[in-house]
Amino acid sequence: MFRDAGLVAGKDLRVELRSRVTTQQVAPFAILVLILFGVALDPDRGILTRASSGLFWVAVLFCSLLAIQRAFTIEAADGGRDALRLSGLDPAGIFLGKASAIFVQLVALEVVLAVGVLVMYGTEVTGVPLLLATCLAATAGLAAAGTLYGVLAAGLRVRETLLPILLLPVLAPVLIGATKAFEAALGGVAADGWPWFGLLVTFALLYTTFGTLAFGPLLEES
Amino acid sequence: MTTSSPATRALGVVSLGGLVLLLAFALVWSPADIVQQDSVRLMYVHVPTAILAFAACFITTLASAMWLRRRSEGWWVLGGAAAEVGIVFTAICLLTGSIWGRPTWGTYWDWDPRITSTTLLFVLLVGYLALRRIDNEAGDAAQRGMRGAVVGLLLVPNVMIVHYSVDWWRSLHQTATITRLDPSIEGTMLFTLMLGIVVFSLVFAWLLVHRFRVGWLEERVGATGLDQAIVDRRAEADVPVAAGTGT
Repeated sequence: MFRDAGLVAGKDLRVELRSRVTTQQVAPFAILVLILFGVALDPDRGILTRASSGLFWVAVLFCSLLAIQRAFTIEAADGGRDALRLSGLDPAGIFLGKASAIFVQLVALEVVLAVGVLVMYGTEVTGVPLLLATCLAATAGLAAAGTLYGVLAAGLRVRETLLPILLLPVLAPVLIGATKAFEAALGGVAADGWPWFGLLVTFALLYTTFGTLAFGPLLEES
Repeated sequence: MTTSSPATRALGVVSLGGLVLLLAFALVWSPADIVQQDSVRLMYVHVPTAILAFAACFITTLASAMWLRRRSEGWWVLGGAAAEVGIVFTAICLLTGSIWGRPTWGTYWDWDPRITSTTLLFVLLVGYLALRRIDNEAGDAAQRGMRGAVVGLLLVPNVMIVHYSVDWWRSLHQTATITRLDPSIEGTMLFTLMLGIVVFSLVFAWLLVHRFRVGWLEERVGATGLDQAIVDRRAEADVPVAAGTGT
């Protein structure tokens, strides 16, 4: 299973590396979202600094939608999904592989966004371990739930519009948990953030488990 | 063709009679609250619809799980029927809550944990029904069922995670509590509330049965429609041949 996951993740990341969609389109979009927030919310009143945790994670959510759509669009061309089904790879492995590839891309995007937030919003970091742990746990949850709902919507004509309405309410707890943990890590008391980290880990484990179980039958039907 | 039977007609009569009785109790016979005055009467709609909205989610998840086990059409139809009736009850719950909030809290909307999680529940149901609708148009029963069943199965877990995280989120910095309903309600008010729960449960069951039957008939039309089209097509092809051999 893990060997298959590695193969699928390697394939997806190679596709991304060669096509450069993440670096040339999604990452600039992420920065653009930060600029739009800056324009929409008065930059002089300190709103941006105070709201930077929430804004960061909203930007990550938008980017994750793009990354998830992309992860399944690349299979749509040339019967890629049929090839994947016929490949004999373990469906659980395919799920973990696709989720890992999304995870890696999102972490890279978060680094870009974090630099953007620190530079443009003037946010100060007080708890680095909590910040890193939150990023990893929240991103694992986003990638697992995103891959599961992504394959659900993948075969449908209206997938671009359906995925956000299916996925975003489900990700609301991740947004809440990650924002609260970030607030603690960015200028707050780090100890307040760790329980939220627990919530994020629980979410990630839940969706990884469920996704591993459900991905096979879903892939058959997409 | 009708979706009613003697049993559901009786259920309908009892539901409607119950609603009339509830109206009398809620608007006339029960007293106004000392603090909230007449606005407390919204409780007799608000609380039952909230309970039934969550009950509908449980039915959808249960039906999805049963569909995954048995693959029978009935469970598939039940999941959708419960979600559809549930979304109506969720909307009524949110609407009455908002109207009630205005005189009681001084605002139509507050980022109270229950309002937030109920709103997210509403959106989750919208997503589930949107997926089912698309799947219904997409193709045959076995293919479309899986997606809907997985989202339906995840409905209650999602509602629970959302509920607890929102609860936790708001309880952290909302120490000043808003004027809540006095938990120790008694007498006529308590009776009216209980009556409301019973009556709305009957209405819920009545709507659910009918929605289920409509859904079931839709399935039949879908199935027989195809058969009929094949028969028609064959008949069309037969006519010239028969005419040709005849002359």
